Parts: sequence; structure tokens; C-alpha cells
Amino acid sequence: MSQIKALIVDDSSVMRKIVERSLRQAGLDLSSVIEAGNGADALGLLDTNQVDLILSDINMPVMDGIEFVRQLQTTEKLRGIPVVMITTEGSESNVMQALSLGAKGYIRKPFTPDQVKEHVLPVLGL
Amino acid sequence: MSMTSPHRLPPTLFDKAKWTPLLELSAREVFEIMLNTNLESAKEPASEQVGEFTAIVGLAGSLRGVLSIRCTDEAARAMAGKMLNMPSDEVDNDSLDALAEIANMIAGNFKAKLTGIGNECMLSVPTIIVGTDYHTRSLAGGNIIETFCNFEKKPLRVTLQLHD
Repeated sequence: MSQIKALIVDDSSVMRKIVERSLRQAGLDLSSVIEAGNGADALGLLDTNQVDLILSDINMPVMDGIEFVRQLQTTEKLRGIPVVMITTEGSESNVMQALSLGAKGYIRKPFTPDQVKEHVLPVLGL
Repeated sequence: MSMTSPHRLPPTLFDKAKWTPLLELSAREVFEIMLNTNLESAKEPASEQVGEFTAIVGLAGSLRGVLSIRCTDEAARAMAGKMLNMPSDEVDNDSLDALAEIANMIAGNFKAKLTGIGNECMLSVPTIIVGTDYHTRSLAGGNIIETFCNFEKKPLRVTLQLHD
């Protein structure tokens, strides 16, 4: 894959910046990164932006990450975008729910850049 | 750093003696991994030294209560600077956001260590309180554990207040 467009969804602006930095440290060639503070805003951005990868928190106001993934699966043009959850909500039920809805992986906070690399590159086939 | 089995507890009731070091360990791991900083154990500081910023995360489900972390503005800016790889004097409102996220990660890390309990515990979105003129009401019959640390010589108070 050449340059990658990523969407980072987290209600923490600090965490969005850390995730972007971790993606770059993982060696991804990011052509653009767009950010949203919750699932609803992310869906709005996806109306007008195409992305190759989504990283999403679970525990967010307005629309959480589980509902966001569920909504993605109901839209044909969005269904195939790989989603990796990055969350403190590492409980088995939350993770299994996200994965069953279509998320391709998850990373539990706190995380190292190596963990981001380990979980994100495979879902991009890298 | 591994955050798995060595520190997990079997399903059990509240145990202050075991849970207090787990709370401190949870905070230490978050600071080591996300801020590349080692926390130092500390004695309880004078209340006026603890600071005016408090981040609170609610816990619901198998573990019910609140986790809070309290520190000074200077400490919160230093944390954000560490997380963002930038000088702390260039940090703006990200200091509050960073503190909230640290509280969130400590809570998540702590519950992940409680095998059989933490798995069915959910966290709220963090809340920030700015100021010192407030009181928290003790929950009837609740349990409280606290740990005190220094982050770059700045005091932190991490408190877990639980319902029975």
C-alpha cells in the first residue's frame, strides 16, 4: 500500500495526537490524518472523506466506538474500511462485541508505539 | 512492559492491602508507557500542595465507584508536555485533556488487573474539576484506597473510592 489516509476517533485530543505519532513511528506513510471526537462526528467526516484505516476509542460521548463500528457496517462504502479499536475498555465483552461487529483488532491503552505497529500493520496487509 | 498475569488477582472481595499497591502499579505503568517517566513513591503531601486539578472517572458494574487523580496545574502541563513531546510551557488546554486521559488509563489498567472483577466493570468518560474548594462525599459503607506519588517532584494523589 502506498500513502495511507487515516481517521482517528477519540474524545481526547492528546490521545489523537499520540495515536498519529505512533502510526508514523510504525512506519506508515500517512498522506493525511483526519480526526473526530466521537463516532457521530466521524461518520460525518466519512461522508466527504475517503480513508484507508480507522482507529477508534470505545468510550466516547455522543456516539461510542461500538455504535460507530455498527454504523459503519450498515453503509456499503464504509463497510470495508479496517477498524482498530484503541481503548482502556479492554474487557472481554467490549472487545468481543467490537470484533463481532467488524473491527479488525484492538489495542489497550496504555500502549507503546510497537504495539500500534504490531496491531495495525497486519490489518493493512503490511 | 507486560501488564498481564503477574499482578492479576483471583476473584475476591475488596482487599485494601492488595489493591493499594495495584493502584500504584497501575499509575506507574501508565506513566512509564505513555510518558516515559518513572513515578516515585511519596508520603501524603499537605493538602495545599496537591493541586487544583482533579480528573475523575466513574466505574460501574462489578466495581462501582470513582477513581480520581489530583495534581497542580504545573504537573498537568508537564504531563501533557511529556505525552506530546513538547515543552510544558507550550502546552495549552491539552493539560486538562492529558490529565483526564491519564485518569482513564489508570482506571482501565487497574480494573484489568482484577481478574473476574474488572472484566465486567465499565468506565465513564472522564470529568475534570478545576479548583480546590470542593468536597467529595464518602459513599455509605464504601472503601477508599489512595496512593501518593511524585511526578518530576510534583505530588500526585490517586484515589479509588468504591461502593460496597
